[in-house]
Amino acid sequence: MQVNEYKPLIVAFCCNWCSYAGADLAGNNRLAYPADVKIIRVPCSCRVNPMFILRAFQRGADGVIICGCHPGDCHYTSGNYFTRRRMAALFSMLDFLGIEKERTRVEWVSAAEGAKFAATMNDFVQTVTALGQNKRLEDLRCKK
Amino acid sequence: MQRVGVFVCWCGSNIAGTVDVEAVSEALKSEPGVVFSTNYQYMCSQAGQDMIKQAVKEHNLTGIVVCSCSPRMHEATFRKTAAAAGLNPYMVEIANIREQCSWVHKDMLTGTEKAIILGKAAIAKVNLNAPLIPGESPVTKRALVIGGGIAGIQTALDIADAGFPVDIVEKKPTIGGKMAQLDKTFPTLDCAACILTPKMVDVAQNEKIRIFSYSEVTEVSGFVGNFEVTIKKNARYVKEDICTGCGACVEKCPMKRIPNEFNLGMDNRPAIYIPFAQAVPKVATIDPNACNMLKNGKCGVCSKVCAAGAIDYTQKDEYINEKYGAIVVATGFNPISMDKFDEFAYNQSKDVITSLEFERLTNAAGPSAGKLLRPSDGKHPHTIVFVQCVGSRCESCAEKGKEYCSKICCMYTAKHAMLTRDKYPDTEVYVFYIDVRTPGKNFDEFYRRAVEEYGVKYIKGMVGKVVPEGDKLKVQASDLIANKQLHIDADLVVLAAAIEPDKSARPLATMLTASMDTNDFFTEAHPKLRPVESPTAGVFLSGACQGPKDIPETVSQAGAAASKVIGLLAKDKLTGNPCVANSNELMCNGCSSCANVCPYGAITYEDKEFRMPDRTTKIRRVASVNPAVCQGCGACTVACPSGAMDLKGFANLQIMAEVDAICK
Repeated sequence: MQVNEYKPLIVAFCCNWCSYAGADLAGNNRLAYPADVKIIRVPCSCRVNPMFILRAFQRGADGVIICGCHPGDCHYTSGNYFTRRRMAALFSMLDFLGIEKERTRVEWVSAAEGAKFAATMNDFVQTVTALGQNKRLEDLRCKK
Repeated sequence: MQRVGVFVCWCGSNIAGTVDVEAVSEALKSEPGVVFSTNYQYMCSQAGQDMIKQAVKEHNLTGIVVCSCSPRMHEATFRKTAAAAGLNPYMVEIANIREQCSWVHKDMLTGTEKAIILGKAAIAKVNLNAPLIPGESPVTKRALVIGGGIAGIQTALDIADAGFPVDIVEKKPTIGGKMAQLDKTFPTLDCAACILTPKMVDVAQNEKIRIFSYSEVTEVSGFVGNFEVTIKKNARYVKEDICTGCGACVEKCPMKRIPNEFNLGMDNRPAIYIPFAQAVPKVATIDPNACNMLKNGKCGVCSKVCAAGAIDYTQKDEYINEKYGAIVVATGFNPISMDKFDEFAYNQSKDVITSLEFERLTNAAGPSAGKLLRPSDGKHPHTIVFVQCVGSRCESCAEKGKEYCSKICCMYTAKHAMLTRDKYPDTEVYVFYIDVRTPGKNFDEFYRRAVEEYGVKYIKGMVGKVVPEGDKLKVQASDLIANKQLHIDADLVVLAAAIEPDKSARPLATMLTASMDTNDFFTEAHPKLRPVESPTAGVFLSGACQGPKDIPETVSQAGAAASKVIGLLAKDKLTGNPCVANSNELMCNGCSSCANVCPYGAITYEDKEFRMPDRTTKIRRVASVNPAVCQGCGACTVACPSGAMDLKGFANLQIMAEVDAICK
């Protein structure tokens, strides 16, 4: 194992009904993905306030991914449509600020898609690792 | 700050195999608020739970973090443990270090590191937890069924059987719906009226059931267990409680040239009418658009001949307000309009009819007393062409048809074809189809009987054009299997029109805040596991309002919806989910952003008085969330521009604290 191997810090917001269950299923099936992914459970992907994402980047996260039910399958009927629109707006703003589009992602993972969850996380970690550390929004005062 | 106890579970070797549980419990000891930290082999076992209870007592804990399996697995268990230890059950947070850590990471070092971070996030969250108390609301023990077809009838009967009062609201003058118009029913060919009308009588005689016929729902407010509904009882100009249904008025009415809706306009009815002989309630109704007395004040024959004195020309629409605990939607379907299908010449020739019209033609109580006669000249047709999928499965013609399969057409067309050949063996019967879909008990056998025993000619291919020529209908079609063009001189063409939800469904869905798909079918709470509930709590679905269905399916769904309603009404109180949105009135500026995104209509606005610093008062519009309606998705919390809206259990500060803990 290399000593200075870069490990990205990735925050994943997963909706309770689909994606969090999908992540559990990935676990049940022992589908490995990097430990860099830390999951935060939210009732619905539409609970994810853009503030949370900005906060994550401010605190030094290298990538943020939001997972929700597939369009049309939302437990709350329409929550993921809000997510889709809100995040499109937020991500384009972040892109403008210099946070590469690849560092942010919205994915639909159902409770049956453990394999998709693991594959998505593997892919996302790979993408973010290739980009390297995110310094754009990091607030160094937080590191004190 | 809470006094937090941390309990790290080994889950045998499931967690302990890849996570150094000792190190985790040790590392979490120094986290803010943590006063106790330990690990144990099976936290969910009785011994583990006792350990938690003991620690709560000994260390005076106010919050609990369990690092264990997924909260989807044992959150409920540990909440119960907390409650048993005298804590509020919502003071428990779970760090998922099994499914999302030990099981997906192979390396002890990374596993342990991640488990510590997940533990820290849970501790950060629990420090901001507040005790939550689920709201309770009483249940009005009365159900409303909207729609009086077979779906509504069966639902109402089943609910009434369990002892709860039910009201049926039906917009037509009688209950019975589409099934009352049918002749025979597949696959057993028993007559629809023979099996439906006894049920209609049961409804009428059931003390627990009230029928509001010729009525509609105009307003719905409230929430599960406590709906307030306004029902508009349209004036029928006949006193329902006095009319005996003798029919003297119907016979004597001089206005006899009104198209009869029940027979789909194939014959006429008077201005005062009873839709059919077995109508329930059997009460006459005056059509205000046709009655001379109501229009010009001239006539009054019906009131003269009515021995009971039931006619009341001054009757007004009546509005009834009633409270309900549950609402069942059973608004049913209609065949789509054939106006846009010019190729079939439906509007040019009387002898091109829809399947429902064919149903009336062959019905003994129909316009031709059950004799299959051409509507144009009353002659017996010798060649009949049935066209399937007219407007169904029609991807290219979305503006006039439907993309979905209407499901029932294959079977009723087989029925029509079979019955025709049975009664009139000299008739040639052709059926043009795309596919024959017969999934259902005894359905395929039925279809094969039509082909093999009755000699119905099934041809795979679509009819391109129907041209009326003389007293014949020239049918141009393609036979896909023989790969040739066919020209058939038909006497009668029957179109299996696609079915669509009733037009009243969409405004109703808006009133109920129940969701619909793009075809205006009501959506169910879960397509597989909750097929009779709408996503809106307390609103249930029965019959074809949810999707095309045949009678057996409708009846089984009606029973299922009834059992869900009974389960709800049997409760004295409803316990809600305490993780609901709440609005900080001091920050709210009443902008409506939250109400606009709420899928449940849980947010209303009220004018509240606020004291200002200068001791004056000011009235402001602020949002207020109904905790019994809110399901806790959190869409409003993000929509709120001033940050006044927050979600209990998943508060902004809590999630932010988790983010901070992870990104440290």
